[in-house]
Amino acid sequence: MSADPTGARDEGFDDFVDAVAAGEGYYLQCENGHGSVPPRQVCPDCGSSALSETPLPDAGELQTYTVTHVATPAFSEDTPYVTAIASFGPVRITGQLRDAEPEELERGMPVELTTAQSATTGRRLLAFDPR
Amino acid sequence: MTEVRVAGVGVTEFGTVPERTGRDLFGAASDEAFADADVSRSDVESLRYGNFMGELAERQGHQGPLMAEAAGVRAPATRYESACASSSAALRSAVRDIRNGEEDVVLVGGAERMTNLGTAGATEALAIAADELWEVRQGVTFPGAYALMAQAYFDEYGGDREDLAHVAVKNHDHAVGNELAHYQDPIDVEDVLEAPPVSEPLGLYDSCPISDGASALVLVSEDYAEANGVDAPVAITGSGQGGDDMALQDREYLARTPATDRAAEEAYDDAGITADDVDFVEVHDCFTIAEVLALESLGFYEVGEGIGAARRGETTADGDLPVNLSGGLKAKGHPVGATGTAQVAEITKLLRGDHVNSDAVAGGSVGLAHNAGGTVASCLVHVVEEVGA
Ligand SMILES: [Zn+2]
Repeated sequence: MSADPTGARDEGFDDFVDAVAAGEGYYLQCENGHGSVPPRQVCPDCGSSALSETPLPDAGELQTYTVTHVATPAFSEDTPYVTAIASFGPVRITGQLRDAEPEELERGMPVELTTAQSATTGRRLLAFDPR
Repeated sequence: MTEVRVAGVGVTEFGTVPERTGRDLFGAASDEAFADADVSRSDVESLRYGNFMGELAERQGHQGPLMAEAAGVRAPATRYESACASSSAALRSAVRDIRNGEEDVVLVGGAERMTNLGTAGATEALAIAADELWEVRQGVTFPGAYALMAQAYFDEYGGDREDLAHVAVKNHDHAVGNELAHYQDPIDVEDVLEAPPVSEPLGLYDSCPISDGASALVLVSEDYAEANGVDAPVAITGSGQGGDDMALQDREYLARTPATDRAAEEAYDDAGITADDVDFVEVHDCFTIAEVLALESLGFYEVGEGIGAARRGETTADGDLPVNLSGGLKAKGHPVGATGTAQVAEITKLLRGDHVNSDAVAGGSVGLAHNAGGTVASCLVHVVEEVGA
């Protein structure tokens, strides 16, 4: 199923999710060493347009998390679910943390970036597995 | 530079009225504002109107001219959208144009119809203030985004759910007797802690309600007020705006709101004051944690210290710095597009002495309004002062 309700791909973002699904996640690095996530024409920190795809570190670190009980209709059958933000080198990524009990969640916990599907819509999303 | 005066204010009762259209709500708020101002509608040179989710809630775009019609104003009209800070963005544009002499009489306000969408529908509509690709598609909701900030705050600086519960209890207490407030009943800490979780660590009573409502301000230049004998004892003396990255993941801090720091710094400079001069504040407490983050960024508390303010009684009506004497978004309600100008309306009444909580600010003359959009990717701060105090 397409990720976008209109059926269109989102260039940059969908390319990134494809790469994560293939185990080849990356971030964008500018000539001054700033990291960012696609799609970008310029580095949000310095405006440089010299951006190159750089492999994401395999291991990320959980920065914050929440267990959501009241969802939008697109995730109504997924509740309760965990969303989290994890850092991977110079960038952070937001995703759902699968296969972890809420009481195990802890800042600094090592995770891997992967993809998963919404139980409600089947749409794919970015996800983390405990490492 | 002429000073900007608040000649009149109007706010509908915030609450659950799913059958009332946006135009009905805004027409009522502006009618009240004109009656309060004693200014002729024919003198209005523009309408600046804030609204966030009109396309989703009412299938209605292009709301500027529609709302001018509803208000009985034959003047150019523009809608402003900055998520939950929409009407403050409208206000800032009016303040600047009155000051630079472009216009003398401006109708500013906002409205939001939300409850007709139901809880799930309103949750979906509110989520569009977040980054669709990097946040919403992963299941981040509006409460979920603030929950991520709350958890980050607890981990970084300490504090717990009970500290946040005191913010909710305080704001409900302040709304008692405010007939415009969505909730006018007091609650206690146990109520907050035992309420169903929405997005942990935030529960139902950490969250503002979904409300319908509208607010309007008639602003005039000091010159116009003097020439026409308009009684306008309150002035908007400072305006500031700050911005930040849209998605939480892209920001330097997960438990700080630098857009507020920037907006506050500009507004204080503009008004020629410092945080120490502020007597009371209306802050954007869409969730309890949001009040904590706002108080720190506005310069009232060091980073990591704001969490205990309500618990220590410093921000209650009888505290050193009363915060959200209206009840805040938490108890007064949060019809998104109406919120910013409703804050200024409440501050105006508090200063004029015709608010149920005016006694709490007796002797005070400087109020501050803090209105944020999304997870504070947008922020507007306005200083509101009693003239000649
Ligand atoms: Zn750069």
